[in-house]
Amino acid sequence: MQTLGEFKLPHFFNYPPYFTLQPVRDTREKQIQLWKELILDYCRTQKVFVIGLDEDFQLFSNPTIERSLSHEAREAFLSALVSEGRAEWLDKGHRKCLILWHRIQDWADLILHFVKENGLEDSVMTVEEIRSGVESRGTGKV
Amino acid sequence: MAGNFLPAAKLTASGRPVLDSGEVECSLLSTVDLHSEDLLAFPLLKSGLLILTTHRLLWLSSDSNTPTAVYIPLSTIQHIFSTKKSIKSMFHSPRVRFQVSTTPEGHVSEKGLKSLVITLILRGKTDIDSFLGKFWDAWRGRAWETSGSATESGPGSGSREGSESLALKVPVVGVSGILRKEQEMWESTDKSLQDAFQDLNALMSKAKEMVVLAERMRLKLLSGSNNQTSETNDDDMGTKEEMQDWLLSVGIASPVTKESAGALYHQQLSRQLADFVKKPLERAGGMINLIDIYCLFNRARGTELISPDDLRQACSLWEKFDTPVMLRKFDSGVMVIQNKTHSDDEVFSRIRSLVLKPDALRTGISASDAAMTLGVAPAMAKEYLLAAEGKGFLCRDVSSDGFRFYINLFPEISPDDRYFVKDHGIYSMWISAVSFRLAFFTDYKEVGKSIFWTMTVDFMENKLPSGCQIYSEAYKIPELFFFL
Repeated sequence: MQTLGEFKLPHFFNYPPYFTLQPVRDTREKQIQLWKELILDYCRTQKVFVIGLDEDFQLFSNPTIERSLSHEAREAFLSALVSEGRAEWLDKGHRKCLILWHRIQDWADLILHFVKENGLEDSVMTVEEIRSGVESRGTGKV
Repeated sequence: MAGNFLPAAKLTASGRPVLDSGEVECSLLSTVDLHSEDLLAFPLLKSGLLILTTHRLLWLSSDSNTPTAVYIPLSTIQHIFSTKKSIKSMFHSPRVRFQVSTTPEGHVSEKGLKSLVITLILRGKTDIDSFLGKFWDAWRGRAWETSGSATESGPGSGSREGSESLALKVPVVGVSGILRKEQEMWESTDKSLQDAFQDLNALMSKAKEMVVLAERMRLKLLSGSNNQTSETNDDDMGTKEEMQDWLLSVGIASPVTKESAGALYHQQLSRQLADFVKKPLERAGGMINLIDIYCLFNRARGTELISPDDLRQACSLWEKFDTPVMLRKFDSGVMVIQNKTHSDDEVFSRIRSLVLKPDALRTGISASDAAMTLGVAPAMAKEYLLAAEGKGFLCRDVSSDGFRFYINLFPEISPDDRYFVKDHGIYSMWISAVSFRLAFFTDYKEVGKSIFWTMTVDFMENKLPSGCQIYSEAYKIPELFFFL
C-alpha cells in the first residue's frame, strides 16, 4: 500500500474521480465524508495544524495518477470540516485553515491532565515549555 | 358500411393516407360531412377530414375509435356544380355538389352507367372559393391519366408502352442511329431542364421527371462502377453514396404546407414528421438530436421549409395522438427524438458492462468511447453518460486529459473502515485492475550488501491472482516478476 510519510493511504486514493468534486448530491456527500476523515487522520499522525489553501499540501495531490484537488474542491472539503467544528478558518479570505484533530475541549482536557499528572499546578509555564519541555518529551503529545 | 359505395383508403401507422406514385396533396379541410341526397342507403359520413389530391378525394373520420377512410377517384367525377349564392346559402354551411358515375348497385366507378350526386358540407372555417378552385384544377388536370395508370389498367398500359417503343425503334438503325438516339435523348433532357428552371410552377410539375432522372443517373452510376477498374472505384463510391443520401432526402413528394392544410397545418405536419422520422431514427441508433431532424426534414421537403418553432410544435403534438416516437428533454437542455419503446435501463446496463472492463477500470471512458460502443452520436452518448452519473452508476473525472467517467466506487467504500475491501466486490476488482503491473528489470547494481534494480513498469491485463509478494535480493539476472 502507498504511504505518504508514515501515513498509510487507502486504495481509493488512486481513484481519479476522488480528486474531482462530484456534482451528484449523494456521491458528493460520500466523497466529502471520506476526505474529511482522511484530512483529520493525516493531520493527526503527521502533526499538521494549519493547511494553507494556496500551498502544495501533499495529501491534496496524487502524482501516481496525475491528479490533484482544485482550489474549489479544497475549499469545499475544508469548509465541511469547519461546519462540523473540526477546523477553523484563520482569515476571512479562507486562505488558511486550522485543523482541530482534537476538539478544542479535548485539547483543554489534555493540557489539564498533563499538568495534573506532573504536579505543575499553580506554576507558570510558557507555551514552549509545554510543547517541548522535559516533562512533555516521551508523552507523545505535541 | 361506406365500403359498399366508396372504396376504402389505406392509411399509415400515424393516420396519414398512403399516396400513390405521382399523387400530390392539394388541400385539406376539417369538419366536412359527405352524403348523397339521391340514395337513401348511402351512409352519412359526418365531421371528417377531407383531403383533395391530384388523383382522389379522400375522407378520413376524426373518430380515433373507429377509424374509417374512404376515397372517391377524381376520374369518376362527371360534373362539379357551381355554388349558387342565395340568401339561404348565407345561413347554411357552404356546400359543394358534384356528380359521380356509379354502377347500378351504387358502387362509385369510372365506367358506371348510372350517376349519383354527392354533397360535401363544409362546416369548418374554410374558404370555399379557394377550395373549389383547387377542386376544379385537380379534376381538370386529369393527373391520373398521365401518371401511367392506376392498378386497374396495368396490363393495358404495358402493351401501350411496348407499341410506343416499337414505333420509335423502326427508323433508327446502325451506329448513326444509336448516336442520333443518344443525341435526341440529351436534347430532350436539356430542353426539359430548361423548361423546368424557367418557370417555378412548371418546375413543380416537372419535379416528378427530375426524380425519375435522378433515379436513372443513380442506376447508371451503379452499373458504371461495377465495370470500371479499381483506380476509379473510390471516386465512384463517393458519388454513389452522395446520390443515395440525395435520394433519401427527396423522399417526400407531397409536403404538407400551410396553404393546403390551413388551420390543420401543425397536426398534419406532426403526422408527416412521425412517418419521416422512422428511418433516420433507426440509422442513428434509436435516438436523434432535434437539430439533426430539423436539417434532414427540411432537406427532404426541398422548397416548403418549416421553421424551428413549427418543428417544436409538431413534436409536442405527438403526445395528443398515438405515435411510436416521442420528444425528450435532457437535464442539460438538449432535446432529442426517440422511440417510445426505447428503454434507458437497457442502455445503462450496456454502459455498466463497458465501464467494468479492465481498461475502463484503469482509465475510464470518454463520450466518444461510449458513442462507439452504443452506436449513437457522441453528443447523445454524453447525455447518456450524464444521465447514468445522475443515477449514481458513474463518477466523473475532470482533468487535463479531458472529461471521463468511471464506475462509481464510492458506495463500495466502507464508511467505518477506509482500508477494508470486501472480497469479490467491484472495489476489489478495481484494485486488481489498477495494481497489477508487469515490471521489467533492465539492470541491477550491487552496492555493498544491497542490490539496486533499474526497471520499467507497465500495465497488464487483470488475469492474475491476488496476494503476490515482492521478490527481493535473490535475483541477479533481468527477470519478470509481479508485485502488488
